[in-house]
Amino acid sequence: MEASVVVFYILSAFILVTGALAVTSRKIFRSAIWLLFCLTGIAGLYFWLDMQFIAAVQIVVYVGGIVVLIIFSIFLTQQSGKELPPPIRSSAVFSALAVCAGFLLTCILLGQYGRFRVPEPRYDYGGPDMSVSAIGTQLLSTTEHGYVLPFEVVSILLLAAMIGCIVLAIKPKSDEK
Amino acid sequence: MPNTAYIILIPLLPFIGFVILGLFGRKYIRSFAGAIATGLLLVSTALSLWVAYWYFFVGGMVNGAYRPVTALKLEWLSFSHDLSIDMSIILDPISVMMIVVVSLVSLMVHLFSLSYMKGEERFATYYAFLGLFTFSMLGLVVSGNIFEIYIFWELVGCSSYLLIGYYYDRPTAVAAAKKAFIVTRFADLGFLVGILILSFQAHTLDFNILISRLLSAVMNPSDAGLASFWGVSLISWGLILVFIGGAGKSALFPLHIWLPDAMEGPTPVSALIHAATMVVAGVYLVARLYLLYALIDPAVTQIILYAGAISALLAAIIACTQTDIKRVLAYSTMSQIGYMMFALGTYHPGEDPALGYTASLFHLFTHAFFKALLFLCAGVIIHNIHSNEMKDMGGLRKSLPLTHACFLIACLAIAGIPPFAGFFSKEEILLAAWNSNKLVYGIGLFTSGLTAFYMFRLYFSVFWHKPATGHRHRQPLVESLPLVILALGAVFAGFIPFSRFVTASGFPDKPSGIGTNAIAPVLIAAVGIGIAAWLYAKASDRPAKAAASLRGLYTFAYHKFYIDELYLFITKKIIFNCIGRPAAWIDRNIVDGFINGVAITTGRISTAIKGVQSGRVQDYAWFFFIGIAGLAVLFIYIVT
Amino acid sequence: MIPLHYILFVSTGLFFIGMFGLFTRRNMITMLMSVELILNSVNINFVAFNKYLYPEKLAGVFFSLFIIAIAAAEAAVAIAIIINLYRNIRSIDVEAADELKF
Repeated sequence: MEASVVVFYILSAFILVTGALAVTSRKIFRSAIWLLFCLTGIAGLYFWLDMQFIAAVQIVVYVGGIVVLIIFSIFLTQQSGKELPPPIRSSAVFSALAVCAGFLLTCILLGQYGRFRVPEPRYDYGGPDMSVSAIGTQLLSTTEHGYVLPFEVVSILLLAAMIGCIVLAIKPKSDEK
Repeated sequence: MPNTAYIILIPLLPFIGFVILGLFGRKYIRSFAGAIATGLLLVSTALSLWVAYWYFFVGGMVNGAYRPVTALKLEWLSFSHDLSIDMSIILDPISVMMIVVVSLVSLMVHLFSLSYMKGEERFATYYAFLGLFTFSMLGLVVSGNIFEIYIFWELVGCSSYLLIGYYYDRPTAVAAAKKAFIVTRFADLGFLVGILILSFQAHTLDFNILISRLLSAVMNPSDAGLASFWGVSLISWGLILVFIGGAGKSALFPLHIWLPDAMEGPTPVSALIHAATMVVAGVYLVARLYLLYALIDPAVTQIILYAGAISALLAAIIACTQTDIKRVLAYSTMSQIGYMMFALGTYHPGEDPALGYTASLFHLFTHAFFKALLFLCAGVIIHNIHSNEMKDMGGLRKSLPLTHACFLIACLAIAGIPPFAGFFSKEEILLAAWNSNKLVYGIGLFTSGLTAFYMFRLYFSVFWHKPATGHRHRQPLVESLPLVILALGAVFAGFIPFSRFVTASGFPDKPSGIGTNAIAPVLIAAVGIGIAAWLYAKASDRPAKAAASLRGLYTFAYHKFYIDELYLFITKKIIFNCIGRPAAWIDRNIVDGFINGVAITTGRISTAIKGVQSGRVQDYAWFFFIGIAGLAVLFIYIVT
Repeated sequence: MIPLHYILFVSTGLFFIGMFGLFTRRNMITMLMSVELILNSVNINFVAFNKYLYPEKLAGVFFSLFIIAIAAAEAAVAIAIIINLYRNIRSIDVEAADELKF
């Protein structure tokens, strides 16, 4: 039993448990915090997979941005200490059944098709260049494997989202009069 | 051969009168509507007299016999090359005689109505209807095609409905018009089925071709196989059904119930329709198809014979008890039609020439004159007394002298007293009956006695009975002229040698001798007149005592043998309850219920389905997931 | 070394946990959190495939990068909508926002 295997099991258990708690917690603030832990666990998984850049981006954007945003919106829209109403019994049962069914189906599929060969472990760090500069260069290159077009499109999308959010959430002027 | 255009004008002129007066009469032409209609009809009558003169004396005789002449033939609806509905006009001894009769009587009625209907609000409409009727009747008698005669038959029924219901604000008149139309329409169903059967058997609708083909089919049965139904051949069924149609229009028992009620119409209308023209349409139809009726099946001939005889007797008995002057005349008409019909049924095989044919049509000819005269005189009387009941009349011979004379002439004619017209025609009928069936001869003899009795009962009750009163009533010329003309006809029409012109085979025949067989009817008629005079000439209680002594029969006859009640019972209790009600129930509950059920089910399904659109995002997410899962399963497991 | 399909089990589990939360939760913000879980499970998938099957390429990384960026934008817009809706119907319960009902 290697250490990395044990670490993997701990990380996956952490992710799944905190995820389940995030969707079932009664209090909304607790639910946001469980989500935060879950996302951090996923970042840990990325670290375990040796993808440092994605892990960093995960922490910076998801945990530091989105969860904070969610927490701010909780403050803006309701009392954060209040208990959430329980879910509708029938829909909870149906959803649980559907989810289990879907999970079973996917596991069956994975069992049929998902057995891939395990790659050789590499300890020499002579592997593919995964440094930030390599990622950045490829992100902005215009050659065959370049991603400059999606990069530009996503930037425009972020601009549009920003303007849209401001317009949507702005307080209408007539309220003050 | 007279120009076709002149012949088609004969029915067309009254039709033009109908159109003009119907469209413009009410508002624009009211006062001289009568003059227009009468003028048109005068031209039509002159033309028909001229056609008659031409046919009988100039051009109609071919090889010694009067043959049918097709004056006009217009192919209208052609189903196959030999089965087509044509509009054709044929000239034939009976059709020429009929156009003379119809146009002459119609002219008299038009003249009479100029003063009778004066002051009516709907004066022009009346003349328009009269024009429509005259057109239909003239078209009926010159039809050369059995479907064409059906078309005009229905038109005659329609215009008689309009005329009977002329006083539409009277509920009795409306009911009478409906009754006439419904009864005749019901009989016409038989007529239509009969037409279909006969034309199917003969593969043609033209009268002459139909008659010749059916006769040859019966004479040579080895040719086409003759179908039979319930043991009676199909052609016989066709003939019986056609006869039923004729019986409805001619008010034979048991389809006679409409005729007495039809007296609700204006009296000149009764003179035209119910005396001289429409009711003889059935007789005319049987005469038109006479060769078929006489030669094909003796059973059919017997049916005609007995139907006519029973009608004649029944009507005569009922007429003896009626108190309304027009009802008496209506039953008298029914009785005389019965005579005409049974005369047509007196043919027995081997008889040549057919005496009954000539006798029947001769009686039709003379009857038109004296019956129309009777009705017009009744109109004058009713106009003066303002009532139809005999008990309100009496002693009118001083105040209405011309009417009195004409009425007397007509009564003598109908009773069969020589030398008036009715004597000659009735003699021929009784002679034909004597030659064929003694029982029917006996019925005819007894009925002629009854005829004399009730007609003179009427005459004495109106003109005698009470002391003669009143001042002389002034009659306008247009009222007295038709009476005089018709009276001249009633006197002299009997002297026409009818059998020289109209016979079943076309060959002229010498007039049958009036010999010893003429004594018995005249004697019986004289006895009838005597009894009537004894009972009614002076006011007394003898009639009441006579009625009391025949109590049961009298009541039965007074209530017209309860035939109307029987019909009412059958329609209300049986047809309405057993057929009408269930049919209405089925229509309401099953047919409507099915359609409503479909609608309600659709509504329920839609109410059930509309829950899909709940407005909740999570439900939509649900459906999304189910769809994706379904597609995934489909593509993974089933497709590949 | 962990076989690939172990990681895929984890991401699948996370996906269905998120889906359960999406169907069950009545609060709009908690629904948004469940959606984030789903997006993250997809990210894990991409990264794992990239690492195990195509170790010399970076396509999975870039995909995940873009997904993260777009998820951020979408979360922001969703929050803006929720705030707007809150101003109108004074509640963030999805059952209260059912005006598109029949």
